[in-house]
Amino acid sequence: MITSLAFLIAAVLFILGIKMLASPKTARKGNFIAGVGMVLALLAVLPQLHGSHGTSVSLGKWLLMCVGILLGLVVGAAGAYKVKMTAMPQMVALFNGAGGGAAALVAAIEFAHLTPTSSLVFVISMLCAAMIGALSLSGSIIAFFKLEGHFDKPVTYPAQQLLNGLLFVISALLALVMTMGSHGMVLMCLFLLIALALGVLMVMPIGGADMPVVISLLNSFTGLAVAADGFAIDNVAMIIAGTLVGSSGTILTLAMCKAMNRPVTNVLFSAFGKVDATASAAAASTGSVKSVHADEAALLLGMAGRLVIVPGYGLAVAQAQHQVRQLADELAKKGVEVVFAIHPVAGRMPGHMNVLLAEADVPYDQLIEMESINPEMDRVDVCLVIGANDVVNPAAHEDKSSPIYGMPIIEAEKSGTVIVMKRSMGKGFAGIENALFLRDNCRMLFGDAKASLQELVTLVKAG
Amino acid sequence: MTVEMLIFVIFVLSVFLGFELISKVPSMLHTPLMSGTNAIHGIILLGGMLALAEADGFMQYTAGFVAVVLGSANVFGGFMVTDRMLQMFKRKK
Repeated sequence: MITSLAFLIAAVLFILGIKMLASPKTARKGNFIAGVGMVLALLAVLPQLHGSHGTSVSLGKWLLMCVGILLGLVVGAAGAYKVKMTAMPQMVALFNGAGGGAAALVAAIEFAHLTPTSSLVFVISMLCAAMIGALSLSGSIIAFFKLEGHFDKPVTYPAQQLLNGLLFVISALLALVMTMGSHGMVLMCLFLLIALALGVLMVMPIGGADMPVVISLLNSFTGLAVAADGFAIDNVAMIIAGTLVGSSGTILTLAMCKAMNRPVTNVLFSAFGKVDATASAAAASTGSVKSVHADEAALLLGMAGRLVIVPGYGLAVAQAQHQVRQLADELAKKGVEVVFAIHPVAGRMPGHMNVLLAEADVPYDQLIEMESINPEMDRVDVCLVIGANDVVNPAAHEDKSSPIYGMPIIEAEKSGTVIVMKRSMGKGFAGIENALFLRDNCRMLFGDAKASLQELVTLVKAG
Repeated sequence: MTVEMLIFVIFVLSVFLGFELISKVPSMLHTPLMSGTNAIHGIILLGGMLALAEADGFMQYTAGFVAVVLGSANVFGGFMVTDRMLQMFKRKK
């Protein structure tokens, strides 16, 4: 009774926590409240623990449990406090994979304890938990490596979908045999191995830039696996928490895809970049690239009344968030009104740019979302685009043949002068030309974002 | 209503609650939110503890132990890293 009540309170705290996480003012408190709920749930489960066949838990198991929890705590804390903010997506992937692996193992152990009289509902939920958990584990690990920059290109090979489909059918058949009452562990191990393979095969063909969507999806998968485990071991707290994560994670995944104007199926099942790039080449605008030197750029920035900075993926890669803050501060001292315009998919995952700029002490009310800044862009004197490309490409509005047509963009081209800081004339992640760079009001400042920003800071200070 | 049915009702309600909770989140919070919900599914640590408690034989002991370690890393690491991210979100002084 007390345990059930504690689980109920924990569930309420999770719900409040997620609710508060959705607003910047209360987010930190929300995370804390969810954490309190978690501690409560962990304490409440202690009286429920029992050994096999209803015996009490042996001392050895208690010890093992404590050692395990401590070990996880140390590893988790080390990861959480050591990780660089730019590597945040990788860290989330690893924690998610850990959860998925745990869910699969719990399901496997419960499966070993099945009796011939066990209800079919239990068996099916165990199988779901095992499958989804294992898939989430291996998928997250591949996502981690992709974000670390390994297997750069999407790996594609012929009959990819066919192989995945075949593996899926085999695992469905195995599941059928197991639900029919064959509870052998060999079958279970085979089932888990196939699920692991499916996770690898499904994530390998997806490009590194799409990994955030994949992680978000795998996050909701792990939630569902946990909920399924909750069904299997009859634990309400796990069902509620897992399901909340599963459904909120799905919404989050869809929101990310919407910001990129791509259906989720397109992210998952077709390697991006296969889109016909020749179509947009025909639509290449007339005009020429006008490059500027840092001193001229510094002059333009210093004279601006209103400046909008558009930071992008390139800024995150160059880890130049502190330099950009310095530049903004120096310009503000000279009376320039500086704001940052954040595209929903800027950085390595949606909202990542906000985290990076927050780390560099940029107050979050200086960060303007795309929808709020666009109507004001024509009253902006200078727009400084740093390491962003596709998110400011006017082709998204103008060129119907462009693969990014319809994607919402920050309308940089409407401002008085656009300064684009870029490594080279290379293409963005979408692999298409950017007509913005050829516009009359656009100036290109080539070079490494960090070094260029440093130079600009020095020049603005001196000037 | 049977217990199974009741549990199913809880499940369905939770699905809708999850949809509702997240439907209007500014994109600036997507990363912390993903990380925060990631920590919440760390409740699998509970499952790991229950499973380890009733484990029999070497294989199950090992699997249970690994599940507890992974679940613990998920839950503690998840909450800590989310907190570290969110403590940096400040308003202008």
